[in-house]
Amino acid sequence: MLKLIWLIPLLPVVGVILNGLFGRRLPLKIVGTIACTTVLLAFGLSVGAVMNLAALPENARHFETDVATWLPLGEMVTGSELNIAWGFGLDPLSAVLLLVVTGVGLLIHIYSVGYMQHERDYARFFTYLNLFMAMMLLLVLGNNLLVLFVGWEGVGLCSYLLIGFYYDQPFDKRTGLSCADAGRKAFIVNRIGDFAFLIGMLYLALEFGTLKFSELNVALAGHHTPGWLLTGIGVLLFFGACGKSAQIPLFVWLPDAMAGPTPVSALIHAATMVTAGVYMVCRMSALYAGTPEAMAVIAAVGAGTALFAATMGITATDIKKVLAYSTVSQLGFMFAAVGVGAYVAAIFHLMTHAFFKALLFLGAGSVIHGLHGQQDIRKMGGLRAKMPQTFLTFFIAMLAIAGIPGLAGFFSKDEILAGAWNGNKIVWGVLSFAALITAFYMMRLTWLVFFGKYRGDEKTWSKAHESPALMTVPLMVLAGLSIAGGYIGVPAVMSGWVGLGDVNILHHWLAPAITEAGGHGAAAAHGAAAAHDAGMETMLILIATVVAVLGLALAWMMYRKDGVAATWAKRFGPVHTMLRNLYWVDEFYELVILRPFYAISRVFAGFDRWIVDGLVNATGVTADIGGQVLKYFQTGLVRNYALMFLFGVLVILYYVVRAVAV
Amino acid sequence: MAPQSMLILSALLFAIGVFGVLWNRGAITILMCVELMLNAANLAFITFARQFDQADGQIYVFFIMTLAAAEAAVGLAIVIALFRLRESTDVDELNLLKW
Repeated sequence: MLKLIWLIPLLPVVGVILNGLFGRRLPLKIVGTIACTTVLLAFGLSVGAVMNLAALPENARHFETDVATWLPLGEMVTGSELNIAWGFGLDPLSAVLLLVVTGVGLLIHIYSVGYMQHERDYARFFTYLNLFMAMMLLLVLGNNLLVLFVGWEGVGLCSYLLIGFYYDQPFDKRTGLSCADAGRKAFIVNRIGDFAFLIGMLYLALEFGTLKFSELNVALAGHHTPGWLLTGIGVLLFFGACGKSAQIPLFVWLPDAMAGPTPVSALIHAATMVTAGVYMVCRMSALYAGTPEAMAVIAAVGAGTALFAATMGITATDIKKVLAYSTVSQLGFMFAAVGVGAYVAAIFHLMTHAFFKALLFLGAGSVIHGLHGQQDIRKMGGLRAKMPQTFLTFFIAMLAIAGIPGLAGFFSKDEILAGAWNGNKIVWGVLSFAALITAFYMMRLTWLVFFGKYRGDEKTWSKAHESPALMTVPLMVLAGLSIAGGYIGVPAVMSGWVGLGDVNILHHWLAPAITEAGGHGAAAAHGAAAAHDAGMETMLILIATVVAVLGLALAWMMYRKDGVAATWAKRFGPVHTMLRNLYWVDEFYELVILRPFYAISRVFAGFDRWIVDGLVNATGVTADIGGQVLKYFQTGLVRNYALMFLFGVLVILYYVVRAVAV
Repeated sequence: MAPQSMLILSALLFAIGVFGVLWNRGAITILMCVELMLNAANLAFITFARQFDQADGQIYVFFIMTLAAAEAAVGLAIVIALFRLRESTDVDELNLLKW
């Protein structure tokens, strides 16, 4: 089945065509079935392909196929031929992403059938969603950077379309954005990052004469490229990832992306698209291995974002916004891991995060669905009684993201923290503090939604209901994954406790696909794992656990009784105000970037209106005046015309005769 | 007769025609002067045809005669229509089509 991997991105396209062209005339059930079936087929094909890949020996787990030539650019400056093909490839790294994207994507498609059934434009929603799947799979399966970039832009487009799905609805009262504005904001902010990405990619093509990952890895292994160029390329590509994965300074679009329907937030803005940046950086590990400076930038930005976004999650009152800040923060964890060289930990966390964050979003969607559109957690509470299944699954996801031992998030976060400890102690400290805040705001969210007394109006409470099975079954599957997903990456020190050897499947699986600094992946990864002593790692695990429990306990103490949180908010008045206003980042950007930009735009608009338009209008006016003068030759007297005719003939005759005479 | 004399005659006839078109106001006279110019051209063609012993000029003459006949037919028809409308053939009175 490996030869058929190019078919995987095409399957959802079938759904796009069918639902896009005929969806409006088809009954809802058929639209939903078409959309889910195409993704199911893609999932089946992916599982088959990955199983075939796993059957190969460890060092041969790499498959590539070029379906068609795309850009035969021929000889480049460097002398090598640059021919870009529609190429697809599968290796252990893309296999993980492939399964996560199709698997979680399938669950969310099924959930959406239930969630969207009362909404208008049902077919449009599933058309976009299938298009997103196609583009995401293209991104994951592309075997060169340009095909990846097509998918990269494609998911950006779908993100824009789906954020603005309720294009005529207002979204945010504080900033006055409508849903359409939120989509536009996401698109434009992403474009800034994409521009840097494109420049970085062009430099790569010029320097190495290829954009294929396999050839780049070889070229980078024996390169003589100046370090500053590698660093520049690395930082440019990472800036692109900052846009897509919502890192400082380009994170501002993700909270506003919550304007889209909740399944979209779960699929695109939590589980898959926003992790594309992490995937890309891991893909380019051979490049980053040669430039510690770019790695340091990534680590710093990642750790900074993890803490910064987590603090914003403390005071948010919209159930989806809390989760959005949480996503930004968790993506920061992943980048921090990549930055300190713990690629496997980053991919591990990417996977577990896809499970529990999708579950959290879908759970939030279930709550919103049950409360008929209510998103303000100040008007929720006590929903545990009304929605037992949603509550249970949400609670599991909450424990998983907080890092309670035994659940998926614990293993991956622990591995990131261990990697950070080995790489840079400051990063470790920042991430640990961010983990504490994560546990705190997740407990706060869960408490305000599901525990305590209900704070909304009676009518909504009496109508509040558990969601249908179409929605709760995906929740349960994801809850299962949030519990079990961590056991493919159990650290060696922990499996040692129960008498097992090294059972870290994920490490062994990913090792051939990743190049770490100072040697090839496998050796370095295992070397690092064995180098630091087991005692230190045990202590790190204990600290992480204490931090998680502490965060949960703090939130529990603060929100258990009414009024405690308000007292604390008053005590930290200025800090609270700052967090409520999200550090005024949007206002800052408006002042520093948007206002000057608009001012410059007005100057250019004036230039266009007065100078360019003026020239065009002057041409017209000249012609008009000329006509006003010359019209008096049109006397209406035939004999005048004949006379002028005669003059004309005489003039021409004069020139002809003179030419002949000479 | 020498070709020079015939060309001079042709030029003379043409000049008379031009003068007549510019000077006269009667539409019929103008048409006649146009005919005069066409025939002056015919004469020049014939002269050259004879001088160089080639038939091209004679063929042109036939064309011009046909054209002149058609022109006279259309021109006179217009003049008649005009006369019925305005009871005059003075071209200087027909000056409505101007700025």
